[in-house]
Amino acid sequence: MTQKASKKEKIPRQPMPEQAPEVRRRNFEEVPLGYSPETAVKEAQRCLQCKKPACVTGCPVEVDIPGFVGQIAEGHFENAIQTIWGKNSLPAICGRVCPQEIQCEGECILGKKDQPLAIGNLERFVADRAREEVACEFPAKAAPTGKKVAIVGSGPSGLTVAGDLLLKGHEVTLLEAFHKPGGVLVYGIPEFRLPKEIVACEVAGLEKLGLRIECNNVVGRTVSLDELFEDGYDAVYIGVGAGLPKFLNIPGENLIGIYSANEYLTRANLMKAYRFPEYDTPLAKGKNVAVLGAGNVAMDSARTAMRLGAEKVRIVYRRSRDEMPARAAEIHHAEEEGIEFYLLTSPIAFVGDENGRVVQMKCLQMELGEPDESGRRRPVAVEGSEFLLDCDLAVVAVGADANPLLTQSDPEISLNKWGYIIADPKTGKTTKKGVWAGGDIVTGQATVILAMGAGRDAANSIHDYLTIGW
Amino acid sequence: MFKIVKRETMADDTVVLNEIEAPRIAAKARPGQFVILKANETGERIPLTISDLDPERGTITVIYMVVGKSTALFQTLAVGDGYQDVIGPLGKPTDIEKLGKVVCVGGGTGVAVLFPITRGFKEAGNEVISIIGARNKDLLLLEDKMKAASDQLHVCTDDGSYGHKGFVTEVLKDVLDNHKADLVVAIGPVPMMKFVSKLTYEYNVKTLVSLNPIMIDGTGMCGGCRVSVGDETKFACVDGPEFDGHKVDYDGLMQRLNAYAQEEKAAYEQYCRLHQTD
Ligand SMILES: Cc1cc2nc3c(=O)[nH]c(=O)nc-3n(C[C@H](O)[C@H](O)[C@H](O)COP(=O)(O)OP(=O)(O)OC[C@H]3O[C@@H](n4cnc5c(N)ncnc54)[C@H](O)[C@@H]3O)c2cc1C
Ligand SMILES: Cc1cc2nc3c(=O)[nH]c(=O)nc-3n(C[C@H](O)[C@H](O)[C@H](O)COP(=O)(O)OP(=O)(O)OC[C@H]3O[C@@H](n4cnc5c(N)ncnc54)[C@H](O)[C@@H]3O)c2cc1C
Ligand code: SF4
Ligand code: FES
Repeated sequence: MTQKASKKEKIPRQPMPEQAPEVRRRNFEEVPLGYSPETAVKEAQRCLQCKKPACVTGCPVEVDIPGFVGQIAEGHFENAIQTIWGKNSLPAICGRVCPQEIQCEGECILGKKDQPLAIGNLERFVADRAREEVACEFPAKAAPTGKKVAIVGSGPSGLTVAGDLLLKGHEVTLLEAFHKPGGVLVYGIPEFRLPKEIVACEVAGLEKLGLRIECNNVVGRTVSLDELFEDGYDAVYIGVGAGLPKFLNIPGENLIGIYSANEYLTRANLMKAYRFPEYDTPLAKGKNVAVLGAGNVAMDSARTAMRLGAEKVRIVYRRSRDEMPARAAEIHHAEEEGIEFYLLTSPIAFVGDENGRVVQMKCLQMELGEPDESGRRRPVAVEGSEFLLDCDLAVVAVGADANPLLTQSDPEISLNKWGYIIADPKTGKTTKKGVWAGGDIVTGQATVILAMGAGRDAANSIHDYLTIGW
Repeated sequence: MFKIVKRETMADDTVVLNEIEAPRIAAKARPGQFVILKANETGERIPLTISDLDPERGTITVIYMVVGKSTALFQTLAVGDGYQDVIGPLGKPTDIEKLGKVVCVGGGTGVAVLFPITRGFKEAGNEVISIIGARNKDLLLLEDKMKAASDQLHVCTDDGSYGHKGFVTEVLKDVLDNHKADLVVAIGPVPMMKFVSKLTYEYNVKTLVSLNPIMIDGTGMCGGCRVSVGDETKFACVDGPEFDGHKVDYDGLMQRLNAYAQEEKAAYEQYCRLHQTD
């Protein structure tokens, strides 16, 4: 047994083929190209098939990882996808965007001595194959219950609730404020990281299951929650995300050329401004771009700016490399594409020209001091370290808050002091009868998989409510 | 699709009226609110004020001036065609209450935005004095409707081709000298709102203006529509579009409206070349 295991460990982690950095930094096509079946099988064979798989404990929705990996190793790709679907309805998306290094792969036992199993890559492989080649059978739908559910917001959490409730036989309508469904998956995460065709395909699958989608419906404005109940809905799920951009509140922030990441990415992705003037929405092209922040949103903004033709793109972050919250793969990809990192640098003001356009940014050099509440060492300014950085375009990517548009339209929905909806952590029930909530509007900006997990819990609770009672 | 059921042109064909089927919005909208429209798949999201509505027919009316590529594209839509997307009603409705005497001042296409608000104040029992202006007689909008919605209507044209020759501010000064106004509502080009606000500040009359910064979502998620009001940054699409005219940073707003001047010009010229309009 031990002999067999050590023999297996000799296969190195299979690298993901990718577009070369000097090519991809100027195009919007996806960066990783995907495993071939041979590579996938070879990678899958590295799995030790642990009795007590640590990887599963690292996965927020407990995908049976050794199960589907074993099926890949044996070449049974169709079975592998069914295994994943048992727990995760959007694997093509999760395989691409989950922070695997702190979830499944972070726990993988192979990682103790060697590189962990490439679980994300394998998940992506199986899901892409199911989408592209095998005509997969949809799971069977339960008999119609005659109950109607409205889901507000079509991000990953709303889509998960929709899928689960459709399968349980309920009639489901998705209400989305934008003109296209998908939430952050379509307006935020760029094409080169998550092709929009994949999201469209997942949505089309749900439509085949009977999902009704109403875009252009801003709940709280176009209809109220109470009107949804008057219209005959029996339950409502709120998954509206954390759609309020944070700004730095420093002088000069309203100059032309300074964008919130939400605006910058929405123009680029949802409105396809990178194809202006074929698409009508414009987007400023910067020569010297500064992106403030170091999470996934910041990496996406920086890499988008590079693809739009910037000469220099700088990530400006007030803490150090260790604290950068982005996925490891995104940081690595950004560096490969020539994005510079100005760490321990804190912007304090923007400087404009006579037309009100930003031309420079005033910054302070920071150093790490004592740990703060979050346990991270607090950055403190180095005295007299002020300096100017040229920048004709700046993207503020320092996080998001709760958007009050819907939540403040109904006093029965209780909010916490930051404006997020208070929901039962197990069921997603809010303080209003018949209304559930989950995803970023409850937790603050988190991850796709956590939003999906919350959706699954809520779907179970909604089903109980519709069949048993509140 | 949101179907166009009626189409008219005004002001030498530079201004177009569309009555559009949008029952949900027609049932809900109140004066001061706006919609966002997108003509087709590649289109831009364009905010336009709801100038009128008919909840029974389930329609809303927008009136827009053709100023660039997107409005030129809208102009090509005929009765029976439609917009791919119409989103709304967005923004805060005007705070309409009985105050006493209200002066409504409109310039250019701003009159289309002003009309439902004027009517609202009149219906709430206020005495309404309105002043509308345009560059010349042909460009004047909604004179009849404004007349019906006001107790008194003054008209000005820059060139004197109709009514008083000169700017709305001149007539407004006259009105303020002779009446004790409780509120002024001013809607039109940014410089007009700026000068009206300057004047009413001297007379110490509360003034509402409606701002038109560049928008995308209209739901407060992008911050592109931010304007400085007093010491605060506000998002016009959710905190407005109406603000206290005495506190708005008009110069900042004008600069931000020019953010894409180059791109817009290029796109419009290319569009005109391709479609050989005018
Ligand atoms: C640029 C970017 C990159 C990211 N990268 C990653 C990553 O790599 N990995 C990862 O795990 N996570 C990532 N995240 C975080 C992740 O995308 C979110 O945690 C997740 O999308 C939250 O899902 P959700 O369903 O709660 O909301 P969202 O995805 O935000 O969707 C909410 C939807 O509700 C709609 N809506 C809002 N208000 C209303 C209303 N009143 N009426 C109707 N509809 C409404 C919105 O338009 C939106 O479509 C990223 C986020 C961003 C912005
Ligand atoms: C709340 C609100 C209500 C409005 N109501 C009306 C109305 O009732 N009638 C009317 O004629 N106009 C109205 N406008 C202005 C109208 O939206 C612009 O004229 C239109 O967007 C111009 O688009 P374009 O492509 O034809 O011109 P462009 O060539 O793109 O631009 C011409 C000018 O319009 C402004 N503009 C461009 N894109 C946008 C955008 N997405 N959002 C806002 N402004 C933009 C620019 O600052 C530019 O100076 C309103 C604007 C707002 C914000
Ligand atoms: S869903 Fe995410 S955490 Fe779970 S196995 Fe897949 S990649 Fe890993
Ligand atoms: S238009 Fe995006 S926040 Fe107002």
